[in-house]
Amino acid sequence: MIELENVGYSYGGGELLDDISVELSPGSFHFLTGPSGSGKTTLLKLCYGALLATSGQVRAFGEDMRRLDRDQMALFRRRIGVVHQDCRFLDHLPLAENIALPLTVSGHDLEGEQENLRELMAWVGLSKRAEALPPELSGGERQRAALARAVIMSPDVVVADEPTGNVDWEMSQRLLQLLVELNRMGKTVLIATHDLSLIRAAKSQVQARVLRISNKRLQLAGADL
Amino acid sequence: MSKGTIRALLMADKQADRVVPPSGFTAQLTLFVSGAMAFLAVFALALSLASGRLADRWASELAQAATLRINAPADQVAAQTQAALSILKQTPGVAEARALSREEQAALLAPWLGPDVPLDTLPVPQLIEIVGGEPAYDAQGLRLRLVAEVPGAVLDDHRRWREPLVDAANSLRRLALVSILLIGGATAAMITLAANAALAANAQVIEVLRLVGARDRYIAGAFVRRFTLRALIGSAVGVVLGMGGVLLLPEASDEGGFLTGLGFRGAGWLLPLLIPVLGAVVAFAATWNAARRRLKELA
Repeated sequence: MIELENVGYSYGGGELLDDISVELSPGSFHFLTGPSGSGKTTLLKLCYGALLATSGQVRAFGEDMRRLDRDQMALFRRRIGVVHQDCRFLDHLPLAENIALPLTVSGHDLEGEQENLRELMAWVGLSKRAEALPPELSGGERQRAALARAVIMSPDVVVADEPTGNVDWEMSQRLLQLLVELNRMGKTVLIATHDLSLIRAAKSQVQARVLRISNKRLQLAGADL
Repeated sequence: MSKGTIRALLMADKQADRVVPPSGFTAQLTLFVSGAMAFLAVFALALSLASGRLADRWASELAQAATLRINAPADQVAAQTQAALSILKQTPGVAEARALSREEQAALLAPWLGPDVPLDTLPVPQLIEIVGGEPAYDAQGLRLRLVAEVPGAVLDDHRRWREPLVDAANSLRRLALVSILLIGGATAAMITLAANAALAANAQVIEVLRLVGARDRYIAGAFVRRFTLRALIGSAVGVVLGMGGVLLLPEASDEGGFLTGLGFRGAGWLLPLLIPVLGAVVAFAATWNAARRRLKELA
């Protein structure tokens, strides 16, 4: 699905990531971990095309990411669901419309998708909040809404950046549950987190691999977690 | 940009229009600016058309008419007038030549000397009115012949004061046309500024849209539609008010001279109707360019 080959990324100042090679195969479940500032978010951004690698090659669905023009990049983003760390929404639109936004911008007929939207909102437990505006939502509700928005186009890959960052343990278990269910439906899942207990909890439910960024490089973490 | 793209950009899309938050105050400013500019454009257009008409009229009227003045001792005036008239009759290109009667000459002088001046006692030259035909007569040849046969005759074909007037009218027309161009440019500049402000204010919205897979065309379309529509409505109102203003200008009259008759004539009334269309085109191009530039800066 997504392959990184000797990928490096450097900001103006210095190198953040170097010589990273990893392949997310279909149906796999990966955690990405590492200390704060180690480049977890950057690596995810390289995967969904918000940043371009400064060296090496990132291939998504068999295409070199660097070769995509702006329109192709937009089409690519419809095939990959992203839960951002800060999960931004359009604050003037009610939650239901925000979750349906990927459908709206890709020209889908919203009338025909109403049933799907209802089901999806029930799945993330937000049915009662459909008319609420995003600023009125709690942290957990925002995270779940972001997850619903990420999967409404039924993408092949779901990428989540600290999806449990500012929610309590119970809520993070619930979010993990949703992600595990997605993986069982055949989606490739990549989650960045620094929460080791979340990873431990996941290991009992799904065959997850743990990637750790350390000293600019990516290592496959052992079983000591 | 293909025709399909333009159609897609302009086609109403309620969903797409909802994704950009409404902007009350800026919208009104855009409406006001395009209205004001259209209002000014109507007057510039009226001025340009009227000065064009004026230049053409002065050029043709004055080119057709000429005056022959006969300054001669009192006893020779009648004979020289006859001689001049017969020469004029033979000259090709002179459609009509007529000696002005005493009463007509008195009427011409009345504004200057008053009505009661006894012209009989003054050495007033005899005037002959010449109306040119097609093709025009050869003024130089006519002068040479008159010098030989009618020594007291002076031919005045009005060129001396015709040319500066026509020049003035033509420069007025040029100025009006330049004003129209400037108004168009200023409208484009102001709409670009407003569009840039709207795009900057909605940077976060644009970012979210890009992240969920919206294409540039979709995002730009939401802005382009708004500004095009505002420019169209604003300038339509401006044109209606401007045309009302032109309608209230005084009709062309002899007393008013060239200051009257500044309005539109006949089919000319249809010309201002093009202003809203042009305003919308300008707004479309300005917003599309601003949006494309902005979007390229974002990932």
